[in-house]
Amino acid sequence: MIRFERVAKRYPNGREAISGVSFEVPRGEMVFLTGRSGAGKSTVLKLIALLERPTRGVVTVNGRSTGALPARKIPAFRREIGVVFQDHKLLVDRPVFDNVALPLVVADTPLREIDKRVRAALDQVGLLGKERLLPLELSIGEQQRVGIARAVITKPAVLIADEPTGNLDPELALEVMNVFRRFQEVGTTVMVATHDMHLVREFGKREIVLESGHVRDARDVHVPTIGAVAP
Amino acid sequence: MTGPGTWLARHLQAALGASGRLARAPLATLFTIAVIGLALALPLGLKLFVDNARAATGDFANAVDLSIYFRLGTPIEKVRQLAERARSRPGVASVKVIPADTALAEFRKYSGFGAALDAITDNPLPHVLGIRPRAGADSTAELAKLKDYFASWPEVELVQMDIEWVHRFNAILEVLRRALAVAAVVLAFGVLAVVGNTIRLEIQNRRAEIEVTKLVGGSNAFVRRPFLYTGALYGLLGAMLALAIVFGATALLAPAVADLAAAYGSRFTLLGPGQDDTLRLLGGGALLGWIGAWGAAARHLRAIEPQA
Ligand SMILES: Nc1ncnc2c1ncn2[C@@H]1O[C@H](COP(=O)(O)OP(=O)(O)O)[C@@H](O)[C@H]1O
Ligand SMILES: [Mg+2]
Repeated sequence: MIRFERVAKRYPNGREAISGVSFEVPRGEMVFLTGRSGAGKSTVLKLIALLERPTRGVVTVNGRSTGALPARKIPAFRREIGVVFQDHKLLVDRPVFDNVALPLVVADTPLREIDKRVRAALDQVGLLGKERLLPLELSIGEQQRVGIARAVITKPAVLIADEPTGNLDPELALEVMNVFRRFQEVGTTVMVATHDMHLVREFGKREIVLESGHVRDARDVHVPTIGAVAP
Repeated sequence: MTGPGTWLARHLQAALGASGRLARAPLATLFTIAVIGLALALPLGLKLFVDNARAATGDFANAVDLSIYFRLGTPIEKVRQLAERARSRPGVASVKVIPADTALAEFRKYSGFGAALDAITDNPLPHVLGIRPRAGADSTAELAKLKDYFASWPEVELVQMDIEWVHRFNAILEVLRRALAVAAVVLAFGVLAVVGNTIRLEIQNRRAEIEVTKLVGGSNAFVRRPFLYTGALYGLLGAMLALAIVFGATALLAPAVADLAAAYGSRFTLLGPGQDDTLRLLGGGALLGWIGAWGAAARHLRAIEPQA
């Protein structure tokens, strides 16, 4: 579902954020992307969401290589991927309903269907009944869940999240992470970048570790490979 | 998933959103509309001026008469005889004999010099024939032929064609008409610039919203749509203001113009913008606004790409 083949990304300022990164996430799997701050986690997610293009190598998402996709096809591509941001990127002057509905609105979905699906998405993240509130009238955890509802409303095949629990206390973090697990359980491919090792261990999912722009190890937490014991 | 109903609903929504946003910043909106309104009122006013000048002179601009002045001392019988000959000439519609006595009496009556003229014993005015050419024989060449024919009569002192001023007047109107075209083009570019700048500012103000919209898969066309409606709305409201200005000015001037026309024995009344002008201005204004917004959107929206 997501495949990186010897991918490198150099930013315009000359900084090579990642290089030689290869991994594969099969359909329906949930994977954690971990590593210190600056290791390149956000860069990997930006390459998946086509917010950036690879400098070298091939990024394939949902069967399509992002490097060759023409600009006019990017909007349609993005509609197939749900993205959750650490700062949630909500429109603070629009009610919850409008924020969650936005991905459907840009896809010209009929109004009646929008109404139905916004309610369903808010129900899935436990926010039913808060449609008319403004984002800033919600708690930080609730705001994050609005961001998740917006990411999943198009029923994307791929759901990616960049440190979605970074601003949350452990209890809320666990709650949000459980929401992601529920989407994986119904068939969505999920990739979550986080540096919350405690949570990662608790969930027992596969983990891809980035270290200074390289994959240190792509392993199942239960089956450590030889690379994992290197000094 | 998408049908024509949805498409319509989307556009309606974008149009409503555009008007809502204009209403939320009334002062800036009014300023923009005022500038557009003035820019559109000017060419419309000029056009009305030209149209009215044409209509005012139209009655006699096409009827070019010849006046035949006879030598002093030509007997009136001879003049009447020649008038008959003129009548039988092809290309002549009517002939009117104005004897010197009648001319003097009229002049005495209307000029206000009555008393002074009493001192004159001999009538200084000649007999005159007024010739109206037949319709179809009033081309410049035909008229010149007619003029030469009458001038060849030995009793004739002078043949005058009242055509020069018509030519001159039409030339002036033509110059005005071209000035109008130039002004219209220049002011249209002005409207494009004003709308473009307003839309540019609005794009900057809504940067965050545009970014997020693109982030969730909004196409450039989708992001552009509300700005196009905003631009068209600016143009339309500006055109309505221009119409109000011009209709107001016409109403203010109409009584004075009617008085003036009456003083010249004309029943001419000032014409306001017609239905065609009105529709064209409204459509043109909206189109200019749309194009201005399109230009600004094309330049500034592409640059806004979402950052994660
Ligand atoms: N837009 C950018 N321009 C230049 N350098 C960047 C940009 N984004 C990230 N970087 C650099 O790339 C490296 C990896 O960053 P990032 O992918 O954000 O790591 P992480 O999310 O793991 O903290 C960092 O050194 C960062 O400074
Ligand atoms: Mg990051």
